[in-house]
Amino acid sequence: MRIPAVRGGAHRPQGFQHDPLLLLAVAILALWLLASLSAPWMGLQPNQIDLPRILAPPNAQLWLGADDLGRPVLDRVLMGAGTALAVGLGVVLVSAIGGALIGGFAALGGGLWDRLMVRLIDVFLAFPGILLAIALAGILGPGLGNLVIALAAVGWVGYARLARAQVLSLRSREHVLAARALGVGSGRILLRHLLPLAAAPLMVEATFGMAAAVISEAGLSFLGLGVQPPDASWGSMIRDGVGVLLVAPHLVLAPGIALLLVVLAVNRVGDAWRDYLDVRSRAD
Amino acid sequence: MVEQAGAERGVAGPEAGAAGAAGAAGAAGAAGAVLEVRGLRTQLGGAARPVTVVDGIDLRIAPGETLALLGESGCGKSMTALSLMRLLPLGGRIVAGSVCLGGHELLSLPEREMRMLRGGRMAMIFQEPQTSLNPVMRIGAQVAEAVRVHEDMDRTRASAWVADRVQELLRAVGIPDPERRAEDYPHQLSGGMKQRVMIAIALAGNPRLLIADEPTTALDVTIQAQVLQLLKRVQRDTGMAVLLITHDLGVVAETAERLAVMYAGQIVEQASCAEFFAAPAHPYSRKLLESLPTAAKRGGQLAMIPGRVPALDQSFAGCRFAPRCDRVLESCATTEPDWQAVSQDQQVRCLLWRAGPSSGVAAASAQAADVAQPGETAMAPAPASALAPKLGAEPLLRTEGLKVWFPIRRGLFKRVVGHVRAVDGVDLTLNAGETLALVGESGCGKTTAGKGLLRLEQPTGGRVTYGGQDLAQLAPARMRRLRKDLQIIFQDPFASMNPRMLIGDIVGEGLQALGIERQAARRRERVAALLERVGIGAEAMTRYPHEFSGGQRQRICIARALAVEPRVIVCDEPTSALDVSVQAQILNLLKSLQQDFGISYLFITHNIAVVSYLAQQVAVMYLGRLVEQGPVADILGNPRHPYTQALLSAVPSIDPDSGREQVRLSGDMPSPAQPPSGCYFHPRCPVARPECAQAYPEAVHLDAQHQVNCLPEIVGA
Ligand SMILES: Nc1ncnc2c1ncn2[C@@H]1O[C@H](COP(=O)(O)OP(=O)(O)O)[C@@H](O)[C@H]1O
Ligand code: SF4
Ligand code: SF4
Ligand SMILES: [Mg+2]
Repeated sequence: MRIPAVRGGAHRPQGFQHDPLLLLAVAILALWLLASLSAPWMGLQPNQIDLPRILAPPNAQLWLGADDLGRPVLDRVLMGAGTALAVGLGVVLVSAIGGALIGGFAALGGGLWDRLMVRLIDVFLAFPGILLAIALAGILGPGLGNLVIALAAVGWVGYARLARAQVLSLRSREHVLAARALGVGSGRILLRHLLPLAAAPLMVEATFGMAAAVISEAGLSFLGLGVQPPDASWGSMIRDGVGVLLVAPHLVLAPGIALLLVVLAVNRVGDAWRDYLDVRSRAD
Repeated sequence: MVEQAGAERGVAGPEAGAAGAAGAAGAAGAAGAVLEVRGLRTQLGGAARPVTVVDGIDLRIAPGETLALLGESGCGKSMTALSLMRLLPLGGRIVAGSVCLGGHELLSLPEREMRMLRGGRMAMIFQEPQTSLNPVMRIGAQVAEAVRVHEDMDRTRASAWVADRVQELLRAVGIPDPERRAEDYPHQLSGGMKQRVMIAIALAGNPRLLIADEPTTALDVTIQAQVLQLLKRVQRDTGMAVLLITHDLGVVAETAERLAVMYAGQIVEQASCAEFFAAPAHPYSRKLLESLPTAAKRGGQLAMIPGRVPALDQSFAGCRFAPRCDRVLESCATTEPDWQAVSQDQQVRCLLWRAGPSSGVAAASAQAADVAQPGETAMAPAPASALAPKLGAEPLLRTEGLKVWFPIRRGLFKRVVGHVRAVDGVDLTLNAGETLALVGESGCGKTTAGKGLLRLEQPTGGRVTYGGQDLAQLAPARMRRLRKDLQIIFQDPFASMNPRMLIGDIVGEGLQALGIERQAARRRERVAALLERVGIGAEAMTRYPHEFSGGQRQRICIARALAVEPRVIVCDEPTSALDVSVQAQILNLLKSLQQDFGISYLFITHNIAVVSYLAQQVAVMYLGRLVEQGPVADILGNPRHPYTQALLSAVPSIDPDSGREQVRLSGDMPSPAQPPSGCYFHPRCPVARPECAQAYPEAVHLDAQHQVNCLPEIVGA
């Protein structure tokens, strides 16, 4: 007997292939990465001062025109990509690793140590992060390294809070108890049994952290606290361009659009990743 | 409490009353069947590689009858139920067959009409009441919703009528004080109460057929007994038919009239319960029965079914059970067995029975003899070594007044406002090379006691003496050195392994952490040997936990505990998540390891059959305290504490003439945050006296080993 097939039906999130925006975001990130990594070898001349072409508008030789010292804007945007990537990665690595360890140990150790850490995290969260970073950068003085330190000193809190919550929910799992029954030490339990399982949400957090770090780098450089001249950074390029905004808008638009695209793309990829993890945890 | 109310008023609507008159199991005439399934075939997965999870099933259930569907997990029991309800998961489809409910074909109904039937004329309850109720809706509202969906009524009359009906349903399922309880949220109810609410919701539409998928598996035996009794009563009152899916043969024996055994998507035996338990016909059914642990099998190994249920994405040529069958014939691999009648009430799908009933009987009894032989030889040395507790066995580990309390914190400043007294003064003695079983309802503190013993929870008070030292007071560094001797195996073989670690690293972790074997190559050798010993094979070392089944994972966990050569292993319900056939493998393994290495087990369980098979000593726990302890024969054969008696009588038995007196407990265990005054058991105790509420009873020593915490005049000392 043939009967009409009876099917269950449910909504399934769309795959990566069917989402043009996501595809675009990934393409932008790939371009950013490529530009950052290959810029030093492309024979760019970002610091080549050439007075006759001061504020030249975009043209066939200078695709994005020249700035107020006659330097090629395209070359400087490409070098700025490298700066953004270096700061973004540096900040995320330092603050994620540091934050995860601090939060993880707080949850694992419990007691007074944990309560102290929670208070410390609360204090940091109550304070506007960018102000703290500005103050720290001011104290430490300008420079790429100091910029990373200042931003990481503010950024670890989010990871610490997330790692602490994850570890609290994972630490009474039976494989963790089994490890303790086998005499495995706390550090090893954290590194082998807890953080690997908490890695996925931490990594999603890190993508958003990356976008935030890129913006903060631009912001601090805009204030003159970041990368020092003559090195190129999108933030300092925007600052230099603001004075001649009405005469030569391309000085602000070029780095501004680059910054916007990169930040939007990073956030879009982070969103997609988080949705993907959500679906997986629902299906489990 | 169970007997109260509802029964007289009846939850039945007019139509169910009529069906009830047709009643009785015998009336399974063609016209009378509530449910008739023919040739049902269900597939999952893509069309390219379909998985046929249900492959040509025929079922028929008469009004008022309970048909049990039995089999290992992965045999397609739940998929059968979901197919009947047309609630298949994504990608599931019914490709052939017919399902008739009260003479109406369901498979051709449009989805809209099917929705009206679900929860109306056919209803379903699931294993996990936790996840089946909406956590943010009051239970009264949830029942009312179910009532409203299935009644057409004008709105003016509706609300008062619905409220009455909700009360009636809640009372019918034995919820005490239904007016007040209707205002509760699900999290305020215990598991048993939630399952009762689920049953009330299922009954709201006066179903003719109730499908119950493992309805009591997540519940304690005492609560399970209440729920099963409730189902029976409702069935008697309304004439509802029940399809009961379970893997517990005891539950089948006590509640069903007929049963069907399912294997790899097909039904392989159908019989009345009486015939089946007297003489199961299919080799698979036999093995299921033989793998049940009992006191009589103590001396020997339990029967095991090698291998596991085959994957269902293949096409089968012969008998699907052939690779695991110990009676396999030459023709079995090529000829698909068809139905053979064993007797009027028993049919089987096995080639042994092809030449008529007598041929099968002969073959089957030959088989019984075969099985008995090795069993008996193994039985011979048993009495001395396994049956009786060794006289003068040395205490290896002892707790005195062990307490583990958890603080309850409230408010902004997390002030401690009270304590959950999970373990509240427990004295246990574990002898070298013996098994001490710790039994009791869930939440009574068994797991916490085990963890407190190993200092995985810091004890709040009391002593844990091991090797002349008090573990509760030991400095962490010295405790860490002792960890080698004290190991633990958990209930959930899925959660107890780190999913990101290789099996080799998991098993070798203790050797590495405690510095027992520092050289990686030597460690690998030892891990390989351990895996071989537990029957997994060394090649598992480079694989991840998710590649293994529940039973295999539990073996790996055992290997991990064994690696450090412990003297004590706390086994926290190691088999309760496993099928009976797999449980038999694990119990056999644990037993042989004990014989080889003289390991002592603290065996935490609520399964009395396992206790009778494995343990020498038993301690019964209630609400954080021990109520009775002693040698296994005394406790199981001559229980003196009213709680022990109730617990034992709630255990469903496959022995039809066990003729035991049933002591039914009402209600649930109180919260360990506020234990009752005096004897903790007095609110539920059927023989409580006024003085019981005054003081906790002293231990009464019946003999050197058997002691009971109850009044001397009750215990009869
Ligand atoms: N970490 C904890 N915090 C608070 N209460 C707990 C904790 N662990 C267990 N409990 C409570 O202690 C009691 C005993 O639990 P448990 O030892 O798991 O019982 P069992 O193993 O007998 O089922 C229960 O009421 C449980 O809710
Ligand atoms: S048909 Fe053959 S293989 Fe299948 S159960 Fe019967 S004897 Fe065993
Ligand atoms: S002491 Fe009293 S309440 Fe407790 S078990 Fe004995 S008779 Fe029952
Ligand atoms: Mg437990």
